[in-house]
Amino acid sequence: METVLSNLYIGVTLASILLLVGLGLTFTFGQMGVINMAHGEFIMAGAYVPYVLQTTLFEHARGTAVLVAFPVAFVVAGLMGALLERVVLRRMHGRPLDTLLVTFGVSLMLQQLAKDLFSAENKEVVTPTWLRGQWHLGGVTLTHTRLFVLLVVVATVAAVWVFLSRLAAGRRMRAVMQNRQLAAVSGLPTGRVDTLTFFLGSGLAGIAGVAVSLIGSIGTTTGTAYVLSAFLVVIVGGLGKLRGVVLAALFLGVINAYVEHATSSTIGKAAVFAFVILFLQLRPNGIVTFQTRGLAA
Amino acid sequence: MSDLETAPPPRGAELSPEPDVVDVPEVVRRRRTPMAMLVPGSQSPWPGRIAFVAFAAALFALPGVLGQSSEVRQWAEWLCYAMVAVGLDLAWGYGGMLALGQGLFFGLGAYAMGMHLSLEQVPKGSLPSFMSLYSDYKTLPALWRPFQTFWMSAAIAVVLPMLIAGLLGLLVFKRRIRGPYFAILTQATAVIFALVLIGNLKLTAGFNGLTGFTKIFGRNKYAPGTDTWLFQIAAVGLLAVLAAAMKIVGSRYGKLLQATRDSEDRVRFLGYDPALVKTVGFAVAAGMAGLAGAVAAPVIGIVSPGQFDFLPSILLVCWVAVGGRGKLWGAVLGALLVNWLRVTVSAARPNDWQYFQGLLFVLVLAFMPGGLAGFLRAGWQSVATRLGRAS
Amino acid sequence: MVVGLALATTFAACGNDSNSAAGTKTTGGSDSTAASGGTIKVGVLQSLSGTMSISEVAVKNSELLAIKEINDAGGVMGKKLEPVVEDGESKPEVFAQKIQKLLTQDDVSVVFGGWTSASRKAMKPVVEGAHGLLFYPVQYEGLEVSPNIFYTGATTNQQIVPALDYLKEKGLTKVFLVGSDYVFPRTANKEIKAYAAANGLQILGEEYLQLGDTNVQGIVQKVLDAKPQVVFNTLNGDSNVAFFKELKAKGNTPDKIQTVSVSIAEEEVGGVGVDNLAGHLVAWNYYQTTDLPKNKEFVAGFQKEYGADKHTDDPIEAGYNSVYIWKAAVEKAGSFDVAKVIPAAAGIELDTPEGHLTVHASNHHVYKTARIGMVNSNGLIDEVWNSGQPVAPDPCLDTYPWAKGLATGEARAECDAAK
Repeated sequence: METVLSNLYIGVTLASILLLVGLGLTFTFGQMGVINMAHGEFIMAGAYVPYVLQTTLFEHARGTAVLVAFPVAFVVAGLMGALLERVVLRRMHGRPLDTLLVTFGVSLMLQQLAKDLFSAENKEVVTPTWLRGQWHLGGVTLTHTRLFVLLVVVATVAAVWVFLSRLAAGRRMRAVMQNRQLAAVSGLPTGRVDTLTFFLGSGLAGIAGVAVSLIGSIGTTTGTAYVLSAFLVVIVGGLGKLRGVVLAALFLGVINAYVEHATSSTIGKAAVFAFVILFLQLRPNGIVTFQTRGLAA
Repeated sequence: MSDLETAPPPRGAELSPEPDVVDVPEVVRRRRTPMAMLVPGSQSPWPGRIAFVAFAAALFALPGVLGQSSEVRQWAEWLCYAMVAVGLDLAWGYGGMLALGQGLFFGLGAYAMGMHLSLEQVPKGSLPSFMSLYSDYKTLPALWRPFQTFWMSAAIAVVLPMLIAGLLGLLVFKRRIRGPYFAILTQATAVIFALVLIGNLKLTAGFNGLTGFTKIFGRNKYAPGTDTWLFQIAAVGLLAVLAAAMKIVGSRYGKLLQATRDSEDRVRFLGYDPALVKTVGFAVAAGMAGLAGAVAAPVIGIVSPGQFDFLPSILLVCWVAVGGRGKLWGAVLGALLVNWLRVTVSAARPNDWQYFQGLLFVLVLAFMPGGLAGFLRAGWQSVATRLGRAS
Repeated sequence: MVVGLALATTFAACGNDSNSAAGTKTTGGSDSTAASGGTIKVGVLQSLSGTMSISEVAVKNSELLAIKEINDAGGVMGKKLEPVVEDGESKPEVFAQKIQKLLTQDDVSVVFGGWTSASRKAMKPVVEGAHGLLFYPVQYEGLEVSPNIFYTGATTNQQIVPALDYLKEKGLTKVFLVGSDYVFPRTANKEIKAYAAANGLQILGEEYLQLGDTNVQGIVQKVLDAKPQVVFNTLNGDSNVAFFKELKAKGNTPDKIQTVSVSIAEEEVGGVGVDNLAGHLVAWNYYQTTDLPKNKEFVAGFQKEYGADKHTDDPIEAGYNSVYIWKAAVEKAGSFDVAKVIPAAAGIELDTPEGHLTVHASNHHVYKTARIGMVNSNGLIDEVWNSGQPVAPDPCLDTYPWAKGLATGEARAECDAAK
């Protein structure tokens, strides 16, 4: 029982990371159809933010630095994304698969830039004192860092949901996604909506970056480690479907945790990929199917 | 490797499309002046044939021009990549299937031949050197037995990727999985492949991979001349793959493949099964990647999971895109040119050459949708049209 | 695009200037061509991009520092060294390709480089085939001797075996093995299990993570459930960061479960986080704090060149030593010819930052003092134990009865040939 619970916990916390890194893609990939390989480098940029804050402005308040890092990383990564959209991706409407390759080129350049700015070795983000600790619950050790990440995820998902379903800007975004021409003739500034979409999607990657800096490494290749999982989650969830992405992250996280516990880490990972392939056989368009004539058609 | 040499040379007559099948644009038919064959869109087989022969001649002259054995070896490696690129172009450029996991098929071919070469290094019947070090096997495991003979290994290198691609393709295309879903799905297959290789150290040598191929089909890899010999094998392989691809593209099936790319639904209404059409294209591309892998193993001298993971698979696609998809010579050009740039720029600027590689991908793909082939063709078109008019 | 091509062509022009000099030679390093023009080319081949650049860039820097120092002091036999730097891209096949290019096309007299076992295994047949010379600066799993490679990092009996001796002496006998899923950890753990069986150590578990994987919760849970006294850690790279963060977050401290790491040096401590590592053990042959006059000079020189916040560590120091060992061998041979330098290197003695260093008479490894260290709160490592005198390198562990049968096949033949 104890191992069942502890693996459930591991699965859920892993899912929270998967969800967080994949969430931004529901905007850029799900809404706009851009396969943004530089998403990983936006995560990387977000991960460097708490490092920069802790070593400069917040040298003596490193705990606060982590909190401040979330909005800062959101804006930094968001601006990078908006710039990418304005300068390059704007030219590539209707060529979704080409965006994959262009943004792959961008990701190579960003990694090199990070190496030149921060040097090649990994950096350290000091865990705030208020995140050091753990609760014991029925034989399962819940660490404060993971719970904090879980909290961040829940808050972010809630914010995204409110934005998409309750705010005018979010509705405009969905309108453009579902039928660009119609939205344009209805007077929506589709260009500006695209930039905003990309800003938000990339900004979420920045937030994910701050979160992963608490549990993983901060370096030039930080993003590469997450980008593929992020796409898997979005694909399994169904493009642009928040509910689907949440479910997909949970599925993949929990499967990984249990298989890994029973076998080994490598097999656990392979099982996740195999599951994705099999799952797409059953539901080629993801958990939550897409009802419009958008990109998935 | 001599199976490559028996592959049929391109026979010109069969390169030309059957006129009753294809609707040749009126404008082209009318133009029968000698220079007209240079006009793009012209259905004359001659430019293709001449270019092919010229390319073949250039390939076989190249080792002499390069001189340095390490450069010859390097180019031989790139020819292998060009083989994969031609197959990928067939699947993507002509078939509309963005296969992001060609590393899987390339890797299967490379491992098949790599396993054979590992066995060649040790006395017959004994274990490959890594296995005696990392595992407790006393006799050769069953998985390795077929690779004791060259022909078996070569056959597996080509047939196994085709079978896997065929099976995967049927499953995937029947379910009408395409676009980004297909791309990410194929990518996942390459990741699984690398993970399985890494996770089975005792059978595959794991992350380190198979290496130490000093003896290659009875020759010493480091003896003078071996690099040129391997280059020639790779060149024959590339020419065979290119000829086959040209033939496929010009055939009825090739038209069907392109029609499927452009509109699956119409092809379905015409009574064809798009899933089957795409599966065949995907399997052929996989076979070409497998063949490339089999040649690449002795050329590169190492076969390891990192070479076939998802990042190298994306790079393969980038080469095709830079060269120009939908043009077979564009794929070849892309694979050769990008690799040549990579090596020259990284030698000159080892610390920050990634900027240039990244910039190249961004500029070409964002600003030249047709890749270099499209760009050159547009230029050629304007010149040739003028020439054609002048004559 | 046009810009890119133009740039590339320019670089190609710079990069290829060696072609004319190299002519049609197919083997590297004879002095007639290599020495022309009063300079000698030496290759530096490390991963400057990709995952391994985290560690290897610093090794490249120390190798270049040694080359610069030697040039400032007048060069080798009156010739200035001209480094040819190449990027191995963290890919074994690129290492194989580039070392061939360096040896045969650039005609370098020697190559300094490599880090992962995979990169070394990829380069080995090439450097042997081209009759070149490679200095490999990182500790590794042993069971290999190449006539064309010098191993300036530790082999297992200079790092892992002393670490096990230390654990046994301290009574830390319940051991859990955690490592990255590749050859070094797998082989090291095989050796550790053989040692454990003969020395009364108890192995409670053995788990592997894919290289670079940061999904460590499952493994940490398995470790905590097994309740070992010590974790013998052969994880590499980013996995270490996640592993130690998770271990710390779960409330573990070194007095509950101690760890011994063989792939975490000063350069990595910063990335993992001092808080997460303080009090944990590592095993190496050199630390930045090693109290020797030669080391003070080295650290000062390194920080002057690359910044006061930079650390030195074992592989960095081994890379630096490699250049000096090669210089000494060349001077002893009186020639840059690889065929003469290799035998001359045997028995060379040098004063290095890690102390007095001797190259083994036949097996191409070096005598090294084993040092166990503990990470302190400044991110540096304090020595808590050392072997007293340099340990003779024994790549096939022939002097250890418990290791009988570990070296088989090719490794056996290589070690026998080097006796």
